[in-house]
Amino acid sequence: MAETIQFELNGKKVEMPLDKDQTLLWALRTNFNLTGTKYGCGEGYCGACTVLMNNEAVRSCTIRMEEVAGKKITTIEGLAKNGKLHPVQQAFVDNDALQCGFCTPGMVMNAVGLLEKTPHPTRQQIVEGMEDNLCRCGAHVRIIDAIESASKAL
Amino acid sequence: MKNEKYYRDEVPENNPTFEVDRRNFVKLLGGGLFIYFQLGEFLTGVSAEAEQRRTVPNDYNAFIHIAEDGKVTCLIGKIEMGQGIITSFPQMVADELDTPLESIKMVMGDTELCPYDAGTWGSLSTRALGPVMMTALAEARSVLLEMGAEQLGVSKDEVTVENGVIFIRNKKSKKVSYGELAKDKKIEKYLEVKPKAKDFSEYKIRGKSFNHADGVAKVTGQAMYSGDFRMPGMLYAKILRPPSHGATLVSADTSEAEKMAGVSVARDKELVAILHADPEKAEKALEKVKADYKFNEMDVDDKTVFKHQLAFKSEARVIKSVGDIETGKKNSDFIIESEFYNSYVAHAPMEPHTALGFMEGDKVVVRASTQTPFGTQDGIARELGLGLDKVRVIPPFLGGGFGGKSAFRQAIEAARLTKLTGKPIMVQWTRKEEFFYDAFRPAAVVKITSGANASGKITAWDFSEYFAGSRGSDTIYDVPDAKTTSFSARDVHPFATGAWRAPANNTNTYARESQIDMMAAKLGVDPLEFRLKNLKDERMIGVLKAVAELFGYTPAKGPSGRGYGIACGFDAGGYVAHIAEVKVDKATGKIEVVRVACAEEIGFCINPEGATIQLEGCITMGMGYALTEEVKFTGGKIHTENFADYQIPTFSWLPKIETKILHKNEPPQGGGEPAIICMGGVLANAVFDATGARLYQLPMTPERVLEALAKVK
Repeated sequence: MAETIQFELNGKKVEMPLDKDQTLLWALRTNFNLTGTKYGCGEGYCGACTVLMNNEAVRSCTIRMEEVAGKKITTIEGLAKNGKLHPVQQAFVDNDALQCGFCTPGMVMNAVGLLEKTPHPTRQQIVEGMEDNLCRCGAHVRIIDAIESASKAL
Repeated sequence: MKNEKYYRDEVPENNPTFEVDRRNFVKLLGGGLFIYFQLGEFLTGVSAEAEQRRTVPNDYNAFIHIAEDGKVTCLIGKIEMGQGIITSFPQMVADELDTPLESIKMVMGDTELCPYDAGTWGSLSTRALGPVMMTALAEARSVLLEMGAEQLGVSKDEVTVENGVIFIRNKKSKKVSYGELAKDKKIEKYLEVKPKAKDFSEYKIRGKSFNHADGVAKVTGQAMYSGDFRMPGMLYAKILRPPSHGATLVSADTSEAEKMAGVSVARDKELVAILHADPEKAEKALEKVKADYKFNEMDVDDKTVFKHQLAFKSEARVIKSVGDIETGKKNSDFIIESEFYNSYVAHAPMEPHTALGFMEGDKVVVRASTQTPFGTQDGIARELGLGLDKVRVIPPFLGGGFGGKSAFRQAIEAARLTKLTGKPIMVQWTRKEEFFYDAFRPAAVVKITSGANASGKITAWDFSEYFAGSRGSDTIYDVPDAKTTSFSARDVHPFATGAWRAPANNTNTYARESQIDMMAAKLGVDPLEFRLKNLKDERMIGVLKAVAELFGYTPAKGPSGRGYGIACGFDAGGYVAHIAEVKVDKATGKIEVVRVACAEEIGFCINPEGATIQLEGCITMGMGYALTEEVKFTGGKIHTENFADYQIPTFSWLPKIETKILHKNEPPQGGGEPAIICMGGVLANAVFDATGARLYQLPMTPERVLEALAKVK
């Protein structure tokens, strides 16, 4: 019998066979078809694959499935509740804080993680908290504005 | 003034529902009104090769459809990569047709459904495709008015239309909607006559700010990119890559890889791919492939490249020549001769090249992250020896392009592998592959010899660019004796190079604006005043004055110690001017960008919000090539493999960004590129103003800044 693991994914208990080599990123994208979490660099540099693990922002491309057992994982698809956007998502829309949108799920998840830890960050804290999430289109100014306005709305 | 904002909650279709061919698509649309027209004259940028293969359609190759519910389906061959035409194009369509913005549905880039288009580049969507579409839509509107008048039993002169409802001018209650005209029938109209499109004064939706139409789709993870599609039996392909450009495969032993469960190998000539349902398993198996290569590499690296380029046998082409350069030099009170260098730069979009190929009967279908779906279709058809009718390319959202996704190697790979195996094949490049196969912005040298007289007029301007490309090489200044020469050669680069956001112009503008600054400094004149004195183009003068006001610039001769830089330029029909403020750490050589102000004039601006976002994006992205971005290589070996080796701008870099778009009732121009061209020049000039050190090479890394500082007397 193959070893299985259980964890909570976007509020639901899930179970899957454990593959020790598999990363959380590709488990989400292939086993669960949650493709909002993006592959950008595969080595944890860009943050496009950011999800929440027990409410903390992590790079899913660097997390092995073993570590996920018993944890609570939230992806971009699990953020909106009952059709209502999460305040951070809404703030990104209102501030037009995106262009191509490929880094956006990771940006949003990292921002949610940041606000979990620091509900009312200064601009400087936002910059530091978001520093390792890359955006090539140059939406940075608006992302900071969005996170600032979301922190007020939360 | 705060921009008026509109919201669209609807998630755009982004093509995934349209998996039908054109005939069935038309069938699917059912009844309603089909208005066919020609985009035959819209041929900008069609390569000779593509033209040979493809009879550019001069039949009724384009159409819009109006459904019974009033929904208007508009098909264009362009793609959406963040530049925002998914938002601005419906504004143009709705405005021209006098129908609500919400009624417009865009179908983009599908080679089966959409009219031919060479590619989404050169900031051409709005300025080149726009006018043709608008003329056709004006005609469509006229047809609708005619039909409406007939229905209402009056003459066409007596009716008008608002929000998709046609009514009698002096009797508003007598009305019929576009949808009602289409009800229970199928009407096909073929347009011939070309009435004039609307005048700027009639625009109602154009010129207003709208949020991204695809915002909700993108913040929820619903927006589909090429790598997000799943099909039964789909396999990921990990392809064997050579260690360097110029290396050719001699032999490959895949036996160890094949022992792994679930692995299969697809092989076709030099293409060796490991297939597995799990991409990580495929990657692991690929590591077990043993391969031998034959090497034939160029003897050049990132340090010797400029010497290599100047020594390379190249062909000179005079781009422009006025007066006589020797006379100009004689008329000069001083001459400055300079050489500027610019490195290879990567596109580095956040989404690496990706494509999903699958068979539909004997037809190859590829969902590809490409800026040129029709070019990709051509390429696949050629590679596989198929007719164009047997190849379909569907581009979903692109995770950034910047010119890099004009190259479509990944789509060819997916097509070859799916043809070979009959299975749906996903090719998703790793970041390392993305850096390896990127068609870099070419490294280049610019030589300028220029002179001015004591009264501050430029008297001579001799500009030669080597391998940058000629876009933006013409001087924008008014010089009686001036010459611009472009030097090019095949095979000068050890790997592929290509168009990078405002191709050539970043290098050319950096060199020109640096040289202008040096002349102003030599004369002891304020660099803004010097520019204004030597410019005749009112639109360029307009953006310079606007940015000076926006920044609160006060004149001073350089180096003033304030760290203020100025640069201006012209690209894709748009005029831009920047003023930046920097701080330079003289101990470490590190440059901190404090402020960047930018004024841009792109004729009539369709969506000021979208254009402002592009400005901010250009400024932010442009800091990268100015300060850090440089591809490292030895021969064909690319040392830049991931973001750890290639620093792109991050949040901590952010200066205070101030932007201003000057509105003009002139034809709309491209807005995705112009504002990036000044970033090298404006920051180099700001560094000079701060320190007196002149930087002749981009990027201005701390080492280069320290070297330049050491030369300051």
